Amino acid sequence: MSVLTLTVDGQPVAVPAGASLLQAVEAAGISLPRLCHLDGLTPVGACRLCLVAVEGSPRPLPACVNAAAEGQVVRTDSEELRRFRRLAVELFFAEGNHVCAICVANGSCELQAMAVAVGMDHCRFPYQYPHRRVDASHPQFTLDRNRCILCSRCVRVCQEIEGAHVWDIASRGSDCQLIAGMDQPWAEVDSCTSCGKCVEVCPTGALFHKDDGSAERQPRRDLPRQLREARELGRWTPPSPHRSGHGPS
Amino acid sequence: MTPSPPRPPRELRICTASGCLQAGSGALQASLERAATGIDGPVPPLRRVGCLRLCGRGPLLADDGPRGRQLYGGLPEEAAALLLEQPEAPALEAWRVPLQQPFFQLQHPVVLEHCGRVDPESIDEALAAGTYATLRQCLTALTPGQVREQVRRSGLRGRGGAGYPTGLKWDTVALQPPGRRWVVCNADEGDPGAFMDRTVLESDPHRLIEGLAIAAFAVGADRGFVYVRAEYPLAIARLRLALTAARQHGWLGPAIAGSRFSLDLQLRVGAGAYVCGEETALLASISGRRGTPRPRPPYPAQHGLQGEPTLINNVETLAAIPAILRQGGDWYASIGSGESRGTKVFSLSGDVRHTGVVEVPLGVSLRQVVETMGGGSRDGRPIKAVQTGGPSGGCIPAALLDTPVDYGSLRELGSMLGSGGMVVIGQDTPMPALAHHFIRFSVQESCGKCLPCRAGTVQLQQMLERILQGEAGAGDLERLEELCRMVAATSLCGLGQAAPSPVLSSLRWFRHEYEAACAATPP
Repeated sequence: MSVLTLTVDGQPVAVPAGASLLQAVEAAGISLPRLCHLDGLTPVGACRLCLVAVEGSPRPLPACVNAAAEGQVVRTDSEELRRFRRLAVELFFAEGNHVCAICVANGSCELQAMAVAVGMDHCRFPYQYPHRRVDASHPQFTLDRNRCILCSRCVRVCQEIEGAHVWDIASRGSDCQLIAGMDQPWAEVDSCTSCGKCVEVCPTGALFHKDDGSAERQPRRDLPRQLREARELGRWTPPSPHRSGHGPS
Repeated sequence: MTPSPPRPPRELRICTASGCLQAGSGALQASLERAATGIDGPVPPLRRVGCLRLCGRGPLLADDGPRGRQLYGGLPEEAAALLLEQPEAPALEAWRVPLQQPFFQLQHPVVLEHCGRVDPESIDEALAAGTYATLRQCLTALTPGQVREQVRRSGLRGRGGAGYPTGLKWDTVALQPPGRRWVVCNADEGDPGAFMDRTVLESDPHRLIEGLAIAAFAVGADRGFVYVRAEYPLAIARLRLALTAARQHGWLGPAIAGSRFSLDLQLRVGAGAYVCGEETALLASISGRRGTPRPRPPYPAQHGLQGEPTLINNVETLAAIPAILRQGGDWYASIGSGESRGTKVFSLSGDVRHTGVVEVPLGVSLRQVVETMGGGSRDGRPIKAVQTGGPSGGCIPAALLDTPVDYGSLRELGSMLGSGGMVVIGQDTPMPALAHHFIRFSVQESCGKCLPCRAGTVQLQQMLERILQGEAGAGDLERLEELCRMVAATSLCGLGQAAPSPVLSSLRWFRHEYEAACAATPP
């Protein structure tokens, strides 16, 4: 079967076989919240925000990593899903050191936009105030791990698109942290091409151009999709409407 | 007139599994050997064997004499000479462990049938006990499909915890499109209070290799791995020895037993991450990548090592295979009850008189395992609960001890059969503290890939700490439950999904303890 038909929030949609649930939801014109997935990168299902209810599944499924199937009945919104998403966003805020007022990403931050989207007027969990390192060794860019939400977009874009594999995630659990090379200062990692793709895809202000203030920061989060399409299909398309939703308006 | 049969020779067997080694079986063996040199005349041979079950009384020594079998627990080194010379001496009474007690009598050894009888470091003893004969039988007389049919008929389900039907899993791998397949044994046993797989690995490693080889034949694999956690150094050493011996004897390698079946089996040692017991994380670890789970589907049965179909079974599952193929799937299915067939090995620990390893038919009551076999709590007071399934399971209150031990019944009660760890909880353990213990474990062992498990368990731990320290108030229990449900429903892999289970199940049965702790908070 080359085309699948399914129902998303009551709307019938058709998607090509092999499409993800996320693509099916987008085909219905619905934008799902997400912080780790980016079109053009391998989905990992880490942020758990794009969860949808699929009839017959005992638990909500992350739309980015699940394939659409013929006849599926999908719901993207429910009281429970909204509660889960808000809890997730609160957990993100509590585990890092996210201070919007002094952050370069203020106004262009996907986490900030997500907090607004899920109606997070305050965080009900005590902040953890972790001690995290800042790496400003690179001449053009800075990594501030305090703002990192471990989405691994930078890891993936560097490995999958730039082919340099500068980034990795080390340690485990709440000790997880982004490392450059073999946990070296970024500037000492020879494989880094200084292409800046990691900075472009960062959802928060964890990776940023040294020159940027919050007014100048304009991340290009559509870059992985554009580059992949350029390579695989030989075409250059403008930013997709789904992705720009969380950027500065 | 026929002569009377010769008296069976006397023989000593000393347990050399981890528990007894820790309790001093090495020193006891040395003193027995020293004492033997000072005795004129014949001395009984001393054999090093695997687990003799009653770990809590170690070091254990079995004395198979002409007048029957004796078991000694905690025999001091000074008594070695006396034991050798006067096995009937009343002075030895203090260390005799009655073998007629339910702990031994109610065992139904299938997986552990050779455990404690053979020297785990000797392939000759394994061969003499019949190991590899079933493999030969399968290779020479059965087709892979016939082997799988026996496993299907046996009703065997995965013993690692999830309980997935083993026959179905084998079929799923075998029926993939033509091409290379892999077999992997998951020996990354990590639940606190679980030592069933370690017992098999340390006591009868050749049995595991035989089971794995049969599995490989049945699904069409010619290469595979055994993935053992690094915290099991003795198991690793014995398995390594066993693999080498099996290769030398032609039970691994090319053209096994003259057939066209070959199997290349290698050992991989973990690096200390609990999450690597999750199958996709385990495969990542074997492949040299970071040991984190990935979303399923695709399942490893379709897309495993190097993207090829991979069969992953737990140690105990594979160790049941030789018996199933030798005696038939129907025989195995005649043991157990309902949807839970065969026997299950449990490791019994906590506030229980008899700590150790038991193998019983599935479907016996929890009471039979914990009270009849285990002997109840150490101080004789009624027990409070039994924790099953480790950090992914939950507690069963003492009032429900008549529940049959099987996959469905324990799940209905909010716990799970799990891999087989049973920790008996005494009256003095506060349940919120127990829940905190397990959540702390999950915090430490979370891989950190998905948010609910990485950040949610941290908050759960702190909520429980506030409750335990009398700092919680009205509404905190509801918040605790809400976050538990979120972590359970939204985590990526089974570990995160099950991490809140100890909290939810103790809230279900012992909510009053939480309420009392919250009410104790000064306003």
